[in-house]
Amino acid sequence: MNDIDLTAADALLGTDTARFRHDYLEVRGLRVEFDGFVAVRDVDLTVTQGDLRFLIGPNGAGKTTLIDAVTGLVRATGSAAFGGTELLGRTTHRIARAGVGRTFQTASVFEELTVLQNLDIAAGARRRPLSLLRRRADPPAAVDQALETIGLTALRDTPAGVLAHGQKQWLEIGMLLVQDAHLLLLDEPVAGMTQAEREETGQLLRRIGSQRVVVVVEHDMEFLRSFADSVTVMHQGQVLAEGTVNEVQNDPAVVEVYLGADAASSDATTTGSAEPVATEGDHS
Amino acid sequence: MTVLSALARPGRTRTLAAYGLAAALLLLAPTVLSPFRLDLLAKFLCLAMVAVGIGLAWGRGGLLTLGQGVYFGLGGYLMAMHLKLADAGPGGVPDFMLLYGTGQVPGWWEPLRSPIAAILLILLVPAALAAALGWAVFTRRVRGAYFAILSQALAAAFTILLIGQQQTTGGTNGLNGFRAFFGYDLADPANRLMLYFIAAAVLLGMVAVAHQLATSRFGELLVAVRDQEDRGRFLGYDPALVKVVAYVVAAVMAAIGGALFVPIVGIISPADVGVVPSIGFLIGVAIGGRATLLGPVLGSIAVSWAQTSISEQFPSGWIYFQGALFILVVAFLPGGLASVAGVARRRRTAERSRA
Repeated sequence: MNDIDLTAADALLGTDTARFRHDYLEVRGLRVEFDGFVAVRDVDLTVTQGDLRFLIGPNGAGKTTLIDAVTGLVRATGSAAFGGTELLGRTTHRIARAGVGRTFQTASVFEELTVLQNLDIAAGARRRPLSLLRRRADPPAAVDQALETIGLTALRDTPAGVLAHGQKQWLEIGMLLVQDAHLLLLDEPVAGMTQAEREETGQLLRRIGSQRVVVVVEHDMEFLRSFADSVTVMHQGQVLAEGTVNEVQNDPAVVEVYLGADAASSDATTTGSAEPVATEGDHS
Repeated sequence: MTVLSALARPGRTRTLAAYGLAAALLLLAPTVLSPFRLDLLAKFLCLAMVAVGIGLAWGRGGLLTLGQGVYFGLGGYLMAMHLKLADAGPGGVPDFMLLYGTGQVPGWWEPLRSPIAAILLILLVPAALAAALGWAVFTRRVRGAYFAILSQALAAAFTILLIGQQQTTGGTNGLNGFRAFFGYDLADPANRLMLYFIAAAVLLGMVAVAHQLATSRFGELLVAVRDQEDRGRFLGYDPALVKVVAYVVAAVMAAIGGALFVPIVGIISPADVGVVPSIGFLIGVAIGGRATLLGPVLGSIAVSWAQTSISEQFPSGWIYFQGALFILVVAFLPGGLASVAGVARRRRTAERSRA
């Protein structure tokens, strides 16, 4: 399997930073309700560029729902702004055009299209309609850089459906990069990856995080400890704690949620305290 | 898999060769076919135009268009109305209106006296209806079977409307007995040959358009939206818009097919545009191979031809044959006959790798 190329990532990320350089995600009083059930309530969240933010919490804590709300997939009240643009109330594709990109828990790429076609489509949402009627001549430079970044140059003409699981997830990240998303919401980007792939993905996310606003939903505590700049813990639809990895791990409320009240007294200070959660799959 | 390999590597030489062969066959057909058979072939070509549009909307875009008879019928009826008015002469009244109606030409018929207006309306009315309907349906994220049912219901409603308006649409009899086509006498064999060539040229043009659309970035986007609509949305595309474009193109192709069907066949009636013919259009496409370029055309022509020759032998046997054929293709060859070569090739490779 080919590797992530961080130099190419730098070339790609460095191409256009003027537009959103000082932008940040600002969520205020966000509330999502499904038929009377409140899935997310009173969530405040601020994430800036250069702060690789991890979002964790037990199953059903509302992490994915929060991302769904920000990307327009579910209706929400309150406020969620990126770069001074209010996102709530817009349609999903308009939110995407405002610079917000996301991935899903299950890698969702266009399986019948090649790797190159996937990236080309991701790069093209701002194309003029008439230019769509022509055959693609040479792919944009950003697409080539993205191929290098995610190590799929040799597989560019392979249908995305036959890629290995980890490669699909990298392709998704590559699509976000060429899409020119400046707020990246990644839902379990390393689920199902090997240890080596996790390491490489983490390095890439670090690099992206220095140039973009990145929020990662993740269950893997080891991955989180290695790469998170800061952590937001959600529980029952609310923000339970926020801070650095150490601060959050030592927060009594967090320990109680993750391990129950009994464990909190005996096991609170060991760094491995949240480990059991890593084995769970969140499909909320 | 044949779809994606074809999409990834268009294989230009093979496509061009197939296209050239089809053009040559169409050019030579008048020398071997009797005038009667040539008229039949011209009719099949008109029906194949509908199939080209379905191949794009259904094969590439995943839109199960079960009501293309509506657009075929709109094109056909608009053309028929123009021909009736032209036959009646300036200010004249079409014969059937004198028989069943008030003897007055209704106001909404009047614009069709002008040949240019008639051609424009044949293109614009179906396009506008498809755009309005598609926009209403696709922005509400209606898809799959629900879209199919809706489009079929539209075809049913359209025939009921036509039958109910005996005085202005000819009712169950439809419109028939045309004498001339834009000034050319329809009884003259030379003009019938011209009509055949027009149909052949228009069909080849449509295939070229469909090929261009399928291999363009729009074609890739159409496949993308078909398979992962939400992904497309999160990349900043409006899937509804992509689908509406494909649906409108399919509708206009069906309308042109209907418009040429009228002078060639000499009649258009509710029986040509309702639910059953709408399904018939789809069957040809499914049998030929909906996701390929020439599959829908060849499938449609083959089904039309089989229908005619089987009906000549066994007057009521066709409907059973059609059903059996459809079941066989859906069950054993979901990619249509066009995928036979691919299936055989894969089987051979699989055997070789096992050996």
